[in-house]
Amino acid sequence: MGFLAKIVFLLVATIAANTAQAQDGMVEIKGGTYIPLYGIDSTTVTITDFSMDVYPVTNAEYLEFVKAYPTWQKSKVKRLFADGNYLVDWEDDLSYGKSLTDDAPITNVSWFAAKNYCECQGKRLPTIDEWEYVAMADEISTDARTKVSYNQKILDWYEAPKSFNKKIGSTFKNYWGVYDLHGLVWEWTIDFNSVLISGESRKDVDKDSNLFCGSAAVGATDLMNYAAFMRYAFRGSMKARYSVKNLGFRCAKDSSKKLKNKP
Amino acid sequence: MQSKFFSSRAILFIVAMLIFISSCTTDGKEKNETTSSMDIPAKVEMKAVLTSPPNVPPPTANRVAKKLIVEMEILEKEGEITNGVKYVYWTFGGTVPGSFIRTKIGDEVEFHLKNHPDNKLPHNIDLHAVTGPGGGAESSFVAPGHEKVFSFKVLNPGLYVYHCATAPVGMHIANGMYGLILVEPEEGLSPVDKEYYIMQGDFYTKGKYGDRGLQPFDMQKAVDENADYVVFNGKVGALTGDNAITANVGETVRLYVGNGGPNLVSSFHLIGEIFDKVHVEGGSLINENVQTTIIPAGGAAIVEFKVEVPGTFILVDHAIFRAFNKGALGMLKVQGEKNEKVYSGELRDDIYLPEGGGIQSMPSSKEVPESEIPAKSIAERMKFGKRTYMHTCFACHQAEGQGIANAFPPLAKSDYLNADANRAIGIVLHGKTGEITVNGEKYNSIMTAQTLSDEEIANVLTYVYNSWGNSKKEVTPEMVKAVRNGK
Repeated sequence: MGFLAKIVFLLVATIAANTAQAQDGMVEIKGGTYIPLYGIDSTTVTITDFSMDVYPVTNAEYLEFVKAYPTWQKSKVKRLFADGNYLVDWEDDLSYGKSLTDDAPITNVSWFAAKNYCECQGKRLPTIDEWEYVAMADEISTDARTKVSYNQKILDWYEAPKSFNKKIGSTFKNYWGVYDLHGLVWEWTIDFNSVLISGESRKDVDKDSNLFCGSAAVGATDLMNYAAFMRYAFRGSMKARYSVKNLGFRCAKDSSKKLKNKP
Repeated sequence: MQSKFFSSRAILFIVAMLIFISSCTTDGKEKNETTSSMDIPAKVEMKAVLTSPPNVPPPTANRVAKKLIVEMEILEKEGEITNGVKYVYWTFGGTVPGSFIRTKIGDEVEFHLKNHPDNKLPHNIDLHAVTGPGGGAESSFVAPGHEKVFSFKVLNPGLYVYHCATAPVGMHIANGMYGLILVEPEEGLSPVDKEYYIMQGDFYTKGKYGDRGLQPFDMQKAVDENADYVVFNGKVGALTGDNAITANVGETVRLYVGNGGPNLVSSFHLIGEIFDKVHVEGGSLINENVQTTIIPAGGAAIVEFKVEVPGTFILVDHAIFRAFNKGALGMLKVQGEKNEKVYSGELRDDIYLPEGGGIQSMPSSKEVPESEIPAKSIAERMKFGKRTYMHTCFACHQAEGQGIANAFPPLAKSDYLNADANRAIGIVLHGKTGEITVNGEKYNSIMTAQTLSDEEIANVLTYVYNSWGNSKKEVTPEMVKAVRNGK
């Protein structure tokens, strides 16, 4: 009897954890262990519990930010922290004009700007490993990377032009309750530049065998990696001051409550 | 320190002057003294002329090596791979294949690679003409909204492929990121009358050949090397109909032919011509009198020939199903005087009866044997008709009667077909040449007369009329007989 009760309790606890949504538009992500793209069986990554924004940061939200922190306004930003494409489509310092919509993700922001935005909200940018961990979930499972349809859907988006001005929430809600990880824009991560892609993808095989032993063995079964390859290649082409039309961000936060160990 | 710097500058200046003087006075002599292409000086700056296919920039002729500025923009954009089928291409310069770059040996190329801000992905370029790590890929990895500049000296004459080498490389190439760069020898290539730029590529789409709408790239098919489209210059019909390349009788034509792949090797052939000269694999070796030349994926060839007679000559990948079923078909239209010594045209149509060939004998128009089993019902007529269709009509008109854009008209939902059954019977009996309009598209090709019995023609036409949204008419042997006798 005690055993059954335990199971019921566990179930309830899990459901509660999955649906718990903080007031500030974040959801709890329960930590776990997985093998990222570049890993071999022996290199797993462990993610501890954290929370993540449900949606990417929008134009409207970013406008509030630059009002509060004028150093990040288009005309005032230091070139060291954002290149010439920073907010390039904005009309002026305090207006993004008519071509961009309120609910579309903010893009053309540098890593410095994104990082500072999150810090000003008491948050931080997610790590690559955290981002990939959440993004490998589809609607119903935590790891959908082996599903052909899931990968094809992501690849389709990578090929579709001009999706940056779609509204947030217009793609699917994944297992964790997070929207738009695939289908709107690329997203900054705190350690994006730890990716060792030189631009010469074939040579990268030698450069960092840990990162690319996967690529040496790409066969039909590694189809799932192609979408991830493109993300890693994209991150590899970035510098922290770059501002790119298809690149936005969302924030994350360390878990406030330590989830209890096994009951 | 400063005086030392100054003196080395002065020496440089004197050396430069000496070179300048010597190049002015003893032009021919100096050429001979240049032993290595690495030592060819390139002093004057020049902006490169880039052209989109099938055009080629003007020859370098006898110009000396220069500092050549190449500006190339990468665009990810939607295009049409065949009528009604959309595809998102990734391009160098907005076209597949990318812009043609023409250089002279010794040129110092300053390459500006620009990735349009609207693009989703980072890209780079690997030019096979570059001597250096990655062929430039390493120094040209460029994020959207950025521009990378690198330079290289072209040391070896020949025709070279360039392509994107960003992970996943296969996908970037499969989406159209390839083109050609020509390095001309010091004396330039010999002058010809017409030059064209053609590049083959294979494409992998989620839907089958001809499936309508926006078709995404299919990675699994690409890995399996199971191409839906094999085309010249990025799409079906890029070189047919109004887009055909042209020449006049007596002219010499040079084709710069590349193969972007990603997977398939091309057996490049021009129906009705023999290549007088082939620069094998785009290099210095010249082969003569070639029928079909192999162009590897990531390789090229220069072919030259003189056109002696007028007519339409068909460019194909002679792995022939690719030509008739996947789109690898182009046209060269030659205008001018006929030359009956070289080619007579049809003189007679005789019946050929091979010895002991009772089973295979060709029926004459007067005594056509009925096929052994006459159809007893429409269903049977459909069944027999389908067989005949698959043997006789399928190659051109295709499995679903969809035809091949710009080459062979569709039979499916065909206004031309449904308008007049007797005309259709007549075409099967006697063949058809000249321009016709089917479903709003113009076609100008040849259908040969089919040697089929009245029964077979009735069956196959009944099959066609009762398939693919046509008028469901039944054609009987009597109707065929009437048309045959009415001739």
